[in-house]
Amino acid sequence: MNTSIMIVGVGGQGTLLASRILGNTAIRCGYDVKVSEVHGMSQRGGSVVTYVRFGDEKVASPIIGEASADIIMAFEQLEAYRSIDYLKKNGRLLVNAQQIDPMPVIIGKAKYPENILSKIEEKGINIISVDALSLARSAGSEKAVNVVLIGLLAKNTDIEKGIWEEVIKETVPPKFLDINLKAFNLGYSI
Amino acid sequence: MKEIMLGNHAVARGAYEAGVKVASAYPGTPSTEIMEYMATLPCPHVEWAPNEKVAAETAIGSSIAGGRAICAMKHVGLNVAADPLFTAAYTGVNAGLLICVADDPGMHSSQNEQDSRNYARAAKVIMLEPSDSNECYIYAKNAFSLSEKFDLPVILRLSTRVSHSQSLVETGEREEFSKPYEKNPGKYVMMPAMAKRRHPELENILTEVKNYAQDCEFNKIEYHDKKIGIITSGITYQYAKEALGDKASYLKLGMVYPLPEKLISEFSKNVDTLYVAEELDDFFEEYIKSLGIKVIGKEAFTKIGEYSADLIRKVILKEEQKGTAPDEALPARPPVMCAGCPHRGTFYALKSLGLTVCGDIGCYTLGTLEPLASVDSCVCMGASIGLAHGMDKAIENSSKKTVAVLGDSTFIHSGITGLINVVYNKGNTTVIILDNSITGMTGHQDNPLTGKTIKGEPTKQVNLVMLCKAIGVENVRIADPFNIEQFKKVVSEEIEKDEPSVIIAQRPCALLKSVKYEGKMTVTDKCIGCKMCLKIGCPAIHFKDGHALIDKTQCNGCGFCQQICKLKALGKEEA
Ligand SMILES: Cc1ncc(C[n+]2csc(CCOP(=O)(O)OP(=O)(O)O)c2C)c(N)n1
Repeated sequence: MNTSIMIVGVGGQGTLLASRILGNTAIRCGYDVKVSEVHGMSQRGGSVVTYVRFGDEKVASPIIGEASADIIMAFEQLEAYRSIDYLKKNGRLLVNAQQIDPMPVIIGKAKYPENILSKIEEKGINIISVDALSLARSAGSEKAVNVVLIGLLAKNTDIEKGIWEEVIKETVPPKFLDINLKAFNLGYSI
Repeated sequence: MKEIMLGNHAVARGAYEAGVKVASAYPGTPSTEIMEYMATLPCPHVEWAPNEKVAAETAIGSSIAGGRAICAMKHVGLNVAADPLFTAAYTGVNAGLLICVADDPGMHSSQNEQDSRNYARAAKVIMLEPSDSNECYIYAKNAFSLSEKFDLPVILRLSTRVSHSQSLVETGEREEFSKPYEKNPGKYVMMPAMAKRRHPELENILTEVKNYAQDCEFNKIEYHDKKIGIITSGITYQYAKEALGDKASYLKLGMVYPLPEKLISEFSKNVDTLYVAEELDDFFEEYIKSLGIKVIGKEAFTKIGEYSADLIRKVILKEEQKGTAPDEALPARPPVMCAGCPHRGTFYALKSLGLTVCGDIGCYTLGTLEPLASVDSCVCMGASIGLAHGMDKAIENSSKKTVAVLGDSTFIHSGITGLINVVYNKGNTTVIILDNSITGMTGHQDNPLTGKTIKGEPTKQVNLVMLCKAIGVENVRIADPFNIEQFKKVVSEEIEKDEPSVIIAQRPCALLKSVKYEGKMTVTDKCIGCKMCLKIGCPAIHFKDGHALIDKTQCNGCGFCQQICKLKALGKEEA
């Protein structure tokens, strides 16, 4: 069976790097892999969705269909909520508890939904939420939110921890390596 | 070596290994990374051209000279490059010529979802379509010998999901290639006498390619269960495989023009029910039906948007998977101008002046959305100036209420001719060029106004002021869009003039590394919750519990909001 992981968030949050780390980790494990990225317009603060699919079988579609994601890793609560119909029955939702108001909410044309996490839980969805922003700050940089979440994801897969760390070493610039390894470990120990 | 590569990177890698000498492109999502990646390889010449037409012409020149050449663009870029394309089919090539064009079904980042396959038929050239990164690599690499074999340009058609997906590629080594240049006006000078000789030759060549298509390496039949047969190509092939696996047989077309008549009829005879699955137009379907073959196509699928494995499963197997959806309607999250974006100042000013704004294509198209909501039209790159001029001529004195607004890269791409037209035909249009020192929307590419090449090497920089003056614009002014009162004054003065004007709105993109604003904004206790500051649409300013609130993860301290707050309730916390 192949594994399908969907990464959702807000343009500018670093979802692309997260999907690349995940993709490279899967390759390191000898799997066939497809990663579908988003570039262009939606990177400017819009909703962004990237897909990573890997496994022993050949991966055909780079895109994940409805009710087919094994794991959804959400960088923001509203984007988590928007994506839940892509989660498989018994799939897992890993969510950063951060809330970012979209423009229609900022200008008062729409309301940010209340109690998103408990509403999702009430639907019987298996959810793990984390304050990745605080953890990233304590690791040394707000920008490391994505790597905190990668840490949490790593904990929720069967892939060995050392492989993730190797890939992070290869992916992030050397001067930010310490911060990122720290962020990864904070996410991993949740 | 096996590595995971973006489809676009794989295209560049394949072309590089084929010995490409000249590579030229104008950026455009989803094609941009082809040339960005090529610039990281030791290819002899890689460049950003000012537009797609110039990129294509540069590649044609290299091909005639004997150097294999590649150019790249997004689907609408081929509209701009269509003129050289149609006649390059007549001249043919010397060294191989590859034109990469990336379609955007679903319009993730585009103003339309035209289907480029129609260009291959209309221009009478070969078109290939890969379905994953490895095929991107192989097709790009083999396209050059194919182009030389048939003396015809080859188009490589990509789409967002192929260009922007990563999968495994087995790469190889570069082999140098060159052919001598021979003067041959009968082939390369397309004037009527020569073109009349070349056209029948072109038709003969196409017949040859058609025969070649029957059993070429690009087209493949995969027989599994023969109850269902699917003719497909590109990413849709992957969706079909995902949805149906071995429950169907496939005719995968890697060469999407010209189409293999015999192969299609053979396949159709061997399956019980035949489907054609193709995103956008009924390009294959029309052809298949013209052969008298019964096939199910658009009546079951759609011409609109992207396909998916889900769609194919639903149409062919009548199966649908449904997940758990939220019980409430969720607020949309449209893209926004970044915190610190200089365009915010321009559109805030234009909105408060109540002007009609002929917009254009770039980050600044976001000036259409609430709350700045000031753009009236956007058609294609460079169109703002022509539209404003047309409005000016249609309605008397409308130039006093109308401006054309376009980005620096867009102005160089195709705004200059529009401006010349305004001057030449005695228009009064005011043009605002948003000079943010970079090509923003497509992810920071250099252009002729930045003074740097694609490799970051210093080069001559176009002087915008001198350029506009040379065209004949007498009124050329530079203004800072973050100095809001001054900017409004400049615009008000220029639109009043019975002459053309150019205002260069100068302030760099906030995402450029060279831009450093200090500190972050804070809300002081002077805030009474009047919400004025929300009118600038800054993603870093929110409203909570009756007061403005700064989202410190987004604020970059540009300070523009301080000019808007009448109560001086926005302060700055030092870094
Ligand atoms: C013919 C054509 N080519 C390319 C594009 C892709 N494209 C959209 S906006 C843009 C660049 C805009 O840059 P600029 O005018 O400098 O404005 P900015 O985004 O920096 O504000 C490009 C290349 C397009 N839409 N149409």
